[in-house]
Amino acid sequence: MSLTVISAQLLTSLVAEGDGSTFETPGTSDFWWPLFGGDSNWAFTRPSAVMLLTVVVLGWFFVSTSRRLALVPSKRQWLAEQTYDFVRNTIARDVIGTKDFKRFLPLLFTLFTLILLNNVAGIIPFIQYPTTSRIAFPIVLTLIVYITYHAVAIKAKGGVGKYLGSMIPPGLPGWLKPIMFVLELLTYFFVRPLTLALRLFGNMMAGHLMLLVFIIGGEYLLLHGSAPLKGAGVLSFGFSILMTAFELLIEFLQAFIFTMLTALYLADAVSEHH
Amino acid sequence: MYLASVAASEGAGWPEKLPLLPHPAEMIVGVIAFAVLYWMYSTKVVPNMEKLYAQRAAAIEGGMKQAEEAQAQAQAALDSYNAQLKEARGEAARIREEARTQGTAIVEEMRGQAQAEAARITDSAHRQIEAERATAATSLRGEVGRLSTDLASKIVGESLHDEVRQKGIVERFLAELESGAITPEKVDR
Repeated sequence: MSLTVISAQLLTSLVAEGDGSTFETPGTSDFWWPLFGGDSNWAFTRPSAVMLLTVVVLGWFFVSTSRRLALVPSKRQWLAEQTYDFVRNTIARDVIGTKDFKRFLPLLFTLFTLILLNNVAGIIPFIQYPTTSRIAFPIVLTLIVYITYHAVAIKAKGGVGKYLGSMIPPGLPGWLKPIMFVLELLTYFFVRPLTLALRLFGNMMAGHLMLLVFIIGGEYLLLHGSAPLKGAGVLSFGFSILMTAFELLIEFLQAFIFTMLTALYLADAVSEHH
Repeated sequence: MYLASVAASEGAGWPEKLPLLPHPAEMIVGVIAFAVLYWMYSTKVVPNMEKLYAQRAAAIEGGMKQAEEAQAQAQAALDSYNAQLKEARGEAARIREEARTQGTAIVEEMRGQAQAEAARITDSAHRQIEAERATAATSLRGEVGRLSTDLASKIVGESLHDEVRQKGIVERFLAELESGAITPEKVDR
């Protein structure tokens, strides 16, 4: 928060001799965008609308495509298949193993496609809002993953006690056991969900904020700045285009990482030891 | 001044709250979104896709099996062809051998026949010559007898013809001549 304030001060002092309009620094408040219900806890927000829209689009695309599958695919089927194949073989099968991966396919495929499309929504024209930059969505998805991998592990290891017992790696000297247990416990119950949710949220929020700064700042410099600053404004716009391309990569990567880590946690849960 | 304005605006509802605080309505939307998509995927998309994978695997395996079968068939055809070829070669060799022996036999037979024919022709020629010789001898003998008697009767003056015929003198003389009792004397010319 203080950083954005400082940059805003700098920017304002630089363009102070302009027409007097002040620069509104893009900040976290820009992510709050209610459609109905004002500022209440139950307001229906724009990211909510985007989230529901992505579900409709994804559901329509994959259900209608998978309804008439041919051994020799059409272009549309090819796209659907490639996406499915990526999640199925590259993520699920390679990480979880051929024995158990099939029952987690709906979960992993839902996570991957939902996160990917909601991330990419950040650079889709007219939507331009990465839904996952609202922490509520990463938290919900992380909670689902969290509950799932614990439930799977307790079932696979035969009870809560055995599950907790499996957190002590075998072959450790006695004095190290309690330390390892606490560390593992922290990892499984605290660090994993925290990092999973924050990584996605942080990347999406920061990336979008950066685009906002480049675009809004560029616009301000171009409209209200002096002649040399107008050049900086053009540069800023150019950079925003470059950053958009970069964002696409980050958006895909984050969806991939989230799904990959979920698969890793599940693989850990179904494994017979530790 | 800015810090003050930021501090003052805090606590004015959702826009200025910490970005790490989840909005309740958005969480509900998130849960619904996930649930709906998960339901669609687990009931429709994943089963259909897995069915396609199974079909494709079956098609590939079937194709491989078919190829194996085709190869086996080709191998069998080749084997039978080779066997037939070998048989045919044996047959040809046998026929050639047979033909050769038959040819030899035929040549042998023909030679035998030709020899027999030649022998027969020679034989009949001999016999004919013998017969002609006998005829000639007989007629010669008659002629010689007649000429001798003519000569003798001219010499003797009297016709000895009847007497000679009666007494068979000439016959006897010739028989004696043949048996070697009388050796003809060389007559100088």
